[in-house]
Amino acid sequence: MEIIDLLGFGDKGWGVLILTGMALTLCVTLASLAIGAVIGAIVAAAKLSDRWWSRMLGTAYTTVFRGVPELLIIYLIYFGGSSAVTAIGQAIGIEGFLGMPSFLAGALAVGLISGAYQAEVYRGAYRAIPVGEIEAAASIGMPPLRSLRRIILPQILRFAIPGLNNVWQLSLKDSALISVTGLAELMRTTQVAAGSTRQYFLFYIVGGVLYLVLTSFSERVFNSAERKSNKSMPRGMGQV
Amino acid sequence: MSATPRLSVRNIRKSFGTHEVLRGISLDAHDGDVISVLGASGSGKSTFLRCINLLETADDGDIVVNGEEIAMKTTPRGRGAASRKQLDRIRSELGMVFQSFNLWSHMTILENIIEGPVQVQKRPRADCVAEAEALLEKVGIADRKDYYPAHLSGGQKQRAAIARSLAMHPKVILFDEPTSALDPELVGEVLHVMRDLAAEKMTMLVVTHEMGFARNVSNRVIFMRDGQIDCDGPPQDMFGGKGSPHFRQFIRHMETEHHAA
Repeated sequence: MEIIDLLGFGDKGWGVLILTGMALTLCVTLASLAIGAVIGAIVAAAKLSDRWWSRMLGTAYTTVFRGVPELLIIYLIYFGGSSAVTAIGQAIGIEGFLGMPSFLAGALAVGLISGAYQAEVYRGAYRAIPVGEIEAAASIGMPPLRSLRRIILPQILRFAIPGLNNVWQLSLKDSALISVTGLAELMRTTQVAAGSTRQYFLFYIVGGVLYLVLTSFSERVFNSAERKSNKSMPRGMGQV
Repeated sequence: MSATPRLSVRNIRKSFGTHEVLRGISLDAHDGDVISVLGASGSGKSTFLRCINLLETADDGDIVVNGEEIAMKTTPRGRGAASRKQLDRIRSELGMVFQSFNLWSHMTILENIIEGPVQVQKRPRADCVAEAEALLEKVGIADRKDYYPAHLSGGQKQRAAIARSLAMHPKVILFDEPTSALDPELVGEVLHVMRDLAAEKMTMLVVTHEMGFARNVSNRVIFMRDGQIDCDGPPQDMFGGKGSPHFRQFIRHMETEHHAA
């Protein structure tokens, strides 16, 4: 009975808080995926460029953000960002420590990391497009930007889906690290609930199950997207 | 032949590194000409074709399509078309059929064929679909219009690629070894479509190893050797013993290979 009360939605229950935390985890991961998509596209383009300095910058980015611990990046963005905010505060006459919004800092930090992984996914996807198909577009006089939109991007997206599924799952788990900034996402809420009720087993297991719910649900979404995009592939079903 | 040539190539040169692949090639194609370009592999014939629509940029020389010269400029990054707009317009008048088909694999056959007319020429979609269906009928794969390229045989893919090229109403079509990637039993169906086009007076420049096509369908044969035109003429002369010694040796070699196969 006690368990139901603890997890329930009553006065003593943690149900609402935990579900809110789960929603926040989903939101912060979605935000970081979006940030990472923009960064990933730019970095992938840089790495595919025929200018050496551009390739070098792209490689530097992916090396740094894949090679440094996620937690360090989160600290760097949150505390580094906060001291920048504090400095700005002092300049305009506000005394004391000002924190960077933890949602923003978290989404940005995980997004920066996700961007490095997404860059590799997009680069690989671009390389999977037969050069001849891009030449065929050029040969009918299709301008480069239109060829990018009509021929290249749809195929990048198609080849990128399995890799993006991976990156998404990584980011979802990285988002747990944002709990160190005090953002009340799923990890943080579970931790607080476990600590204040001393029901460690109960709440950490519930937290774990909820992470699994998120990852297995998103796995389904990605798989169905992959199936849809595969209808034009050699092993697909043939007709629409 | 009177009038302006449909396509005029003047003194094209091209090197890859220190290797000079094309050493000054000139050629005029008039309305209805079907020109077969023969030569051993490595003689530069594919590079020559790719220089015509600037998939490769020649180091020197001019390309003139219907009397309009493609303007070129030289920058520190190399030589290229001076006006992207002009290049794209001229490219839309030059069809190209590739050895490896190069159909867009994320589009159905019908979508492949209307892509250029709709996206590049901005023609009404309904007209393009009707025309595409007629073209597919003509090349004999009307029943495959909603298939993806991956689910077609090589011969069907190449016929679709020819239909895609025809949908742009090109003034000249460049064929880059159109049957070389096909299983032997599928070569015939593609040659058949090309023969029909020749009969309709389509201007065609065909890089090929098909001696039968060169001899029976084209009205002119060009033999390339070491980046130059070694000899050229009507097929009856060329195959009738009037070609250069190198050409005679080349066809002897091709025929023995054919018998051996």
